[in-house]
Amino acid sequence: MSSHQSLKISRRTLIKGTASALVLAPSLGILPLASAKDPIKTAGIYTVPVEQQWVSRIHKAALAAQSRGDIAYTFTENTANTDYPRVMREYAEQGNTLIIGEIFGAEAEAREVVAEYPDVAFLMGSSFKEDPSLPNLAVFDNYIQDASYLSGIIAGAMTKSGNIGMVGGFPIPEVNRLMHAFMAGAREMNPNIRFQVSFIGSWFDPPKAKETAFAMIEGGADLLYAERFGVSDAAKERGILAIGNVIDTQDQYPSTVVASAIWHFEPTMDAAVAAVQAGNFKAADYGIYSFMKHGGCTLAPYGTFAGKIPQKAVDMVAKRTAEIKNGSYTVTINDDEPKSS
Amino acid sequence: MEILEIFLTASFWTAAIRIASPLILATMGELICERAGVLNLGIEGIMVAGAFVGWFGAYIGMGLWGGVLLAFVVGMLLGLLHASMTVSLGLSQHVVGLGVTLLATSLTYYAYRVALPEVTSPPKIEAFQPVSVVILAYIPILGPALAEQTPLTYLAIATVLITSFVLYRTPLGLALRAVGENPSSVSAQGLSVLGLRVGAVVVGSGLMALGGAFLTLSAFDSFFFGMVNGRGWVCIALVVFGAWKPHKAFLGAILFAAFDAFQIRLQQSSIGADIPYQIFLMMPYFLSIAALVVMSRKAEVPAALMVPFYKGER
Repeated sequence: MSSHQSLKISRRTLIKGTASALVLAPSLGILPLASAKDPIKTAGIYTVPVEQQWVSRIHKAALAAQSRGDIAYTFTENTANTDYPRVMREYAEQGNTLIIGEIFGAEAEAREVVAEYPDVAFLMGSSFKEDPSLPNLAVFDNYIQDASYLSGIIAGAMTKSGNIGMVGGFPIPEVNRLMHAFMAGAREMNPNIRFQVSFIGSWFDPPKAKETAFAMIEGGADLLYAERFGVSDAAKERGILAIGNVIDTQDQYPSTVVASAIWHFEPTMDAAVAAVQAGNFKAADYGIYSFMKHGGCTLAPYGTFAGKIPQKAVDMVAKRTAEIKNGSYTVTINDDEPKSS
Repeated sequence: MEILEIFLTASFWTAAIRIASPLILATMGELICERAGVLNLGIEGIMVAGAFVGWFGAYIGMGLWGGVLLAFVVGMLLGLLHASMTVSLGLSQHVVGLGVTLLATSLTYYAYRVALPEVTSPPKIEAFQPVSVVILAYIPILGPALAEQTPLTYLAIATVLITSFVLYRTPLGLALRAVGENPSSVSAQGLSVLGLRVGAVVVGSGLMALGGAFLTLSAFDSFFFGMVNGRGWVCIALVVFGAWKPHKAFLGAILFAAFDAFQIRLQQSSIGADIPYQIFLMMPYFLSIAALVVMSRKAEVPAALMVPFYKGER
């Protein structure tokens, strides 16, 4: 706990702190002080089960941090957005010092809770930026445009019809940014590619994503950008190629998923843990820790497609990877809603 | 015309019938409940339960049809819960229905996590594949679209025929319809209003669960929370759209699905770049409401819908 944080102690935490001090003081003879080596009490709050793609990356990084002894991790999954602020409060009241999760569906209410618990560090997935008036809220999202761009290069080289289908959930900044980066990568190999873009208005409606993908295949697409579950299934059924997003799905679709842009939450998690340990957690955009130069994203190994991707594309990917890492090439960030071309 | 050509492709109608299938099953379920005088708002939750249980049955090795059967049974049990409160106790059908939806959704999650405590990705099954029923392809217009569907779609169409037959051609159907119009007269005939209504809700709920199971056993091969995504509520509207008649509700489901298949294709056409995608997503709902206004003007609502029956009370 840094000194400026303890000055802003709320009445609730003061009462709680006093109560626990009264309980512990006689038995230990001292007031409880957190040492830097103690694992940080961390809670995760997710709106879907932890095996679902986006959240699975966060959960994995948190479990890794826990096994290193950096944090003591507990979590709640499948929390409805309407319930989200309540669960945030509960974890804050239970004495967690770091709360991670996603507030895309409860942005305003979640920020009210954040303001109520200034001593708790909140690291939340959000479509918005950090707010200086909420110093204990840092935001992030899977800004893996570097890897998406690289996967686009492969897609551009693999499509024969020059027609790529892209199915998204909602056009939020993270989705848009990755789609634009993917399109830019594909155009590196073939500037005349036609893109079919659709949003299904839901994150978890695989049957609908699949139907949309089928329609794109009928519309001439021979490669699909699988932002949602269901798209890779349509590609597999019709025997065309797909590019994965966030997780590597090639083991499930070995003959159709060419490449995947993978998100690594570990750099984001570790940066937050270090900030909390050092007592200097502040309002910031942790989205940059998903960039390739921070190790936040990679292109999955070619696996079953090793040797089947044109050498020109493989060379281009290698060249751009090096350039992105040394800073000589920056993938353009464009958060506007992509449209069919 | 690019837009009109969409309607002329067989693949468009194949997609429309595929999208309609879960709606057809669940709509028939709701229709049976409502014809007996019980509004079943548990439909959304029962579909979620059906989607999970059906998938889970197949996942643990009961086979695809074992999953279908399991979903039907679980749907019936949830229907029994609904009926015991709305029919036997005469409680508010709105409150009980929404309660059943919430309970079934949460119970499904609980069961899912208990059954699969630590999976790293949503497990998949080998789902129903389309079967080629070549003879159907000779039917004009819709034939080619009907010939390439999964077995559950044929089950859905059979359900419409059976529901229609039972409702209008059997004594049981007459009693069911009467119990939704004038339960006292049914009671005066010496028939059990309670039994008929409970039976209708139980069987209807079973069909709703099959609608949910279609999503995980046919349309997709894995279970996701939120994948039912309001389809149950659409079915409630389809029953009204169909004026409580099976064949009209069936057409309504096809029409809604066709609008959906249409908007998906339109979004990717050249005009898709100029119009916000939300307009497209809204289209099936908007067009269905417009059609509902036209179609339901002369609809005959079951007179005793949502009216509890207490024996001996006038």
